[in-house]
Amino acid sequence: MPLTGLEIYKLLPQTNCKECGFPTCLAFAMKLAAKQAELKACPYVSEESKTKLEAASAPPIRLVQLAGDGTKLEVGNETVLFRHEKTFYHRPGLFLRLKDTETPESLKSRAAEADAYKADYVGISLGLDGFAVEAASGDPAKFQAAVAAVCSASTKPLILLAPTPELAKAGLAGCPGRRPLLYAATPENAAAMAEIAAAAKAPLAVRAEGLDALAELTGQVLKAGVEDIVLDPGVAHHRDALLTLTHLRRLAIKKLFRPLGFPIITFPGGAGQADETVLAAQHIAKYAGLVVLESFDPATLYPLLVLRQNIYTDPQKPIQVQPGVYEINAPDAKAPVLVTTNFSITYFSVANEVEGSGWPAWLVVTDAEGMSVLTAWAAGKFDSERIAKAVKNFGVAEKVGHQRLIIPGQVAVLSGELEEDLPGWQIMVGPREAVDIGGFLKAMWPNGK
Amino acid sequence: MTIEIPKEKSAGAVRLVTLGATREQGGTRTRTLTLGGETALPYLDFEGNLPNPPGLALEVRDRKPDDWSPLLYAAWGEAMQDPGDWAGAAEAAGADLIYLVLSATKADGSKNDAANARAVVRKVLSSTGLPIAVVGPGQADLDNELIVAAAEEAKGERVLIGICEDKNYRTIVAAALANDQLVQSKTPMDVNLSKQLVILIHDMGMPLERIVMDPTTGALGYGIEYGYSVMERLRLAALQGDTMTQQPMMVNPGEEAWKVKESKVGEGVPAAWGDWERRALNWEAVTAAALVLSGANLLILRHPTTLKRVRVMIEDLRTSG
Ligand code: B12
Ligand code: SF4
Repeated sequence: MPLTGLEIYKLLPQTNCKECGFPTCLAFAMKLAAKQAELKACPYVSEESKTKLEAASAPPIRLVQLAGDGTKLEVGNETVLFRHEKTFYHRPGLFLRLKDTETPESLKSRAAEADAYKADYVGISLGLDGFAVEAASGDPAKFQAAVAAVCSASTKPLILLAPTPELAKAGLAGCPGRRPLLYAATPENAAAMAEIAAAAKAPLAVRAEGLDALAELTGQVLKAGVEDIVLDPGVAHHRDALLTLTHLRRLAIKKLFRPLGFPIITFPGGAGQADETVLAAQHIAKYAGLVVLESFDPATLYPLLVLRQNIYTDPQKPIQVQPGVYEINAPDAKAPVLVTTNFSITYFSVANEVEGSGWPAWLVVTDAEGMSVLTAWAAGKFDSERIAKAVKNFGVAEKVGHQRLIIPGQVAVLSGELEEDLPGWQIMVGPREAVDIGGFLKAMWPNGK
Repeated sequence: MTIEIPKEKSAGAVRLVTLGATREQGGTRTRTLTLGGETALPYLDFEGNLPNPPGLALEVRDRKPDDWSPLLYAAWGEAMQDPGDWAGAAEAAGADLIYLVLSATKADGSKNDAANARAVVRKVLSSTGLPIAVVGPGQADLDNELIVAAAEEAKGERVLIGICEDKNYRTIVAAALANDQLVQSKTPMDVNLSKQLVILIHDMGMPLERIVMDPTTGALGYGIEYGYSVMERLRLAALQGDTMTQQPMMVNPGEEAWKVKESKVGEGVPAAWGDWERRALNWEAVTAAALVLSGANLLILRHPTTLKRVRVMIEDLRTSG
């Protein structure tokens, strides 16, 4: 809960000197509460009030940054409970757990493979965010070597799963110049862990049973000078995770409860009992900031990365591409012309399919305000008039030596009207699904590839 | 320090809707399925009641479909040749409801008709004791012809029939009224459209206790975020007391997830997509899992493995300790 105008007023000098440009301190306070003025306009606020007001305006969930070698990841700083209220801002980081009980060579090659993983989703490149290296051996030297091995294979940020201060130090020594998350301070070792994190200027995770203990721990760590904190409430199951993470999110956002206003780390496959994919999906939708996965499997990672992308899409802005004529596989004057909308998912479904089929083609992308074929059609943004206008304005006739236009099968109804709006053009109704475009062209396009 | 856990009070509840009727209730089902009753957001049982877990339905067709993923053919095998066998297999796989979809054409390619619809419904009712839903192929005229026949054939069984959409709902609602059935009210991912269609159906005399609303979803990667948020908004509105949003919500992640390339196709796809079968199953499971969290009361699935995975999730969400 941000401060109200009245609460702010109480912290102002209350002299009504007008230097801030407002007639009274109260008027200024009201503007501050509405975020229409800045505190620095008043030259007379006390240092004490300034600190209080700044603290009150800090984000309800702290933004925490992890840095690799020239790479970084920011999590936290969320402001709502439901994405439709505004949007979710910082996608949870997905990390892969690696253990120092493996040899450095094997770690290096596994890290390299996972590091190289890249999947394209609607033109966005998705991948893992980093590695959580675990000191499972208990041997500092082994752990340091393991961390160094992972660093030699990947520039991505790290989480150091180090149960003791000694191991934490060894892990840090294995990745000089990076800013890994140290995991974790517990009620038993908090003082020592905080000292190490403060000295290394690294973020620190805190782990405790129950929210009371967790809040106490963050207080302790904050006093020791560590501000970048990540919470591990130790959740294991779906219910436990949903309830606890909801409590944490509500406490931070609705109550502005500072001791728990930090991003959260989860281990959906940690205890080995759960369906890791389904539990990870829940953590992505409901409030995790960092998610550590037990194994690297593209068949699991890809759906989770796509879910994360979807949930964190700004509901106010559908993802779209620039309208225009796109050239696929170096088309010439004989190549087919297809028309579609500028909704990213639609465009990439079609473009990838055409590209994969090997057919050179011209893809006319109309301005359908970022909507899918049927959505745009139903909303009147992908009608005959708009398509005809796009074909004319983008100068399609000058690029090809034929007058044939392929429309999506879903809007077959448009073909009659289009033949009127584009005199001389033959309208071909394509398949309903993009997957079938290659087969369709093979069967229906007159002069072959 | 003892932290006070914030709790939210709700001013409304999701309506209770029961599908299926036992012998005592004038039908022949051995079980019924009750949806709704929530007075809290999904699974937040510390601040309200969540008396009924969401139902999990498996989709069964009146005949083997032509265009499903090979993975689904492999999962159901021979059972797909006969809607009765398929329904029996779906019951054995743990479904709470059989979601029977009538096709536009019969196996020989001729147009589907009322007589066939009746025969299929009869067969499915006799091969499973579960409650059932019956919907048409999604072409207004044919839907009406088939669904009216199906509703009559299953009189007294409290079948969920559909699909009622704004362009075509009157005939289906009338058939449900005449034969004591329930209806699926489907609108394209919009809170106000959901309410409006419920109102229109209710205005025809349909009790609200017999309407399940389907706010529509997209698959993972294909617009799921729109459906997810519309469902969250509908549920928040229901709990705030907006009565026309208080119907239980159903969605069809099975159909959506199995329509997309990621689950349908095994070859010629990016290597980064990983093993086809695991990916496809994850596609349906992750789509469904997200919708469970956004408040679905009834989910229609296609693969038996997904049903098991989603069941485990739901049970875990509802079990403390
Ligand atoms: C997500 C969605 C939305 C989102 C918008 C997403 C967006 N940015 O477009 C929201 C919630 C905003 C929305 C709104 C509406 N929607 Co809508 N929506 C959908 C939904 C669930 C998925 C659409 C989607 O993203 N598909 C994925 C993309 C990739 O598909 P696609 O564009 O069709 O492309 C495929 C093919 O067409 C083909 N293809 C594409 N281009 C080309 C080109 C060629 C040449 C070829 C051969 C093939 C081809 O390849 C692609 C992959 O196979 C569908 C229902 C469904 N499950 O399909 C309803 C749906 C499209 N919506 C519908 C409606 C009615 C609406 C609204 C008008 C409702 C309203 N009155 O508010 C509004 C309109 C928007 C507005 N007024 O602002 C209806 C359309 C019904 C109809 N036939 O007219 C649908 C079908 C739902 C339904 N069953 O009623 N919607
Ligand atoms: S400048 Fe400061 S003290 Fe003067 S009126 Fe404005 S708020 Fe009050």
